[in-house]
Amino acid sequence: MKENLYNYILGIADNSLILGQRMGELCGHGPSLETDIACTNISLDLFGQVRSYFQYASKISDDGRTEDDIAMLRKEREYKNVLLVEQPNTNFAFTIGRQFLFDVYHLAFLAELQKSTDLTLSAIANKCIKEVSYHERFSSDWVKRLGDGTQESKEKMQEAIDALWTYTDELFHQTEADKAMVIENVGVDVTQLKENYYLRVAELLKEATIEVPESKWFQKGGKEGIHTEHLGYLLSDLQYMQRTYPNMEW
Amino acid sequence: MTTTEQNIDTILLPILEQVSDPEIPVLSIMDMGVVRSAVIINNIVKVEITPTYSGCPAMDVIGDDIKKALKEAGYKSEIDLILYPAWTTDWITPRGRKALEDYGIAAPLDAEADKDVLLHGKRMVKCTNCGSQNTRLVSQFGSTACKAQFQCDDCQEPFDYFKCLK
Repeated sequence: MKENLYNYILGIADNSLILGQRMGELCGHGPSLETDIACTNISLDLFGQVRSYFQYASKISDDGRTEDDIAMLRKEREYKNVLLVEQPNTNFAFTIGRQFLFDVYHLAFLAELQKSTDLTLSAIANKCIKEVSYHERFSSDWVKRLGDGTQESKEKMQEAIDALWTYTDELFHQTEADKAMVIENVGVDVTQLKENYYLRVAELLKEATIEVPESKWFQKGGKEGIHTEHLGYLLSDLQYMQRTYPNMEW
Repeated sequence: MTTTEQNIDTILLPILEQVSDPEIPVLSIMDMGVVRSAVIINNIVKVEITPTYSGCPAMDVIGDDIKKALKEAGYKSEIDLILYPAWTTDWITPRGRKALEDYGIAAPLDAEADKDVLLHGKRMVKCTNCGSQNTRLVSQFGSTACKAQFQCDDCQEPFDYFKCLK
């Protein structure tokens, strides 16, 4: 099996899977009908993207793992998503802040992945980027609306950005699989995205009258499977059906 | 790798045109532009379909419906889901756009105008009920991934708008 490519695909897909699950949690619980539908639609897009990635991963794995096995039957340490996307829906500002900080990265990442020499990955990126640019518009729009809104919404938006900031640097951390794939022109060199990411985020936060956090202490580990305490709870929900009724199908 | 050109065997066309989008029943999948090729190779029909949105739950049903329609016409078939080139609303045919409007879904505007109505509150989407352009965005996301929710400020009709995807 192409070990590095397999791990590389999972690294990309797990971000969408876990964020999709988080957004899906808001189904029926969004602060208003419109935002509820928006969050679940974003979730649906992300899950759709995950299926494309996992179908590809399943094809190159040589042990007969299906896309569902990959999604549902790994242990916590085997998930490679960044810590940012597993952070909980503390309140709507956190949901929007998390989405915004990820969308800006996701959009830049997919723009580069479109150039991959791996034709399947470039086709998936080409498809996903259309959806993700809409997500980025939605989340940055809401950051502005909350940041430049009432005193209370501004405080909550600032609090969310301050709290989530520590997870942003990990987006630009490279795993061994990342490095190997960059050398083969398959993967994206995320270190090259960092500068523009922080510029773009700062620009949008300024418009939202939100201050850019100054803290230089960043948390990482998700890409290596070392997660915050939140992921376990999320997975117990996500995997419930497969764990309770093994091999069940729709 | 396929091109943006469709490759449909004319014998199969009438069969495929009978298959409709499960979420927009007035629209045939051909008018939707999701069938990219359909050719007969060694007595098996090979069909390539492409999703509108990655997570569109209609795709599995569309695949099954195509198989069923072809089987009834006496063909065995294989369905392949392809991602490239990615689907765009430009592939909806003029007949498809008309069917959308008649059904109460406003057809997509061009990319620039689409941005103006979805982001900057411009009133340009034509109400499917009374034709007025005095309409406003209610929600950037609608009943399915491909739509946004609008309301007409003249006749008050709420309606879906099919978002431009390029």
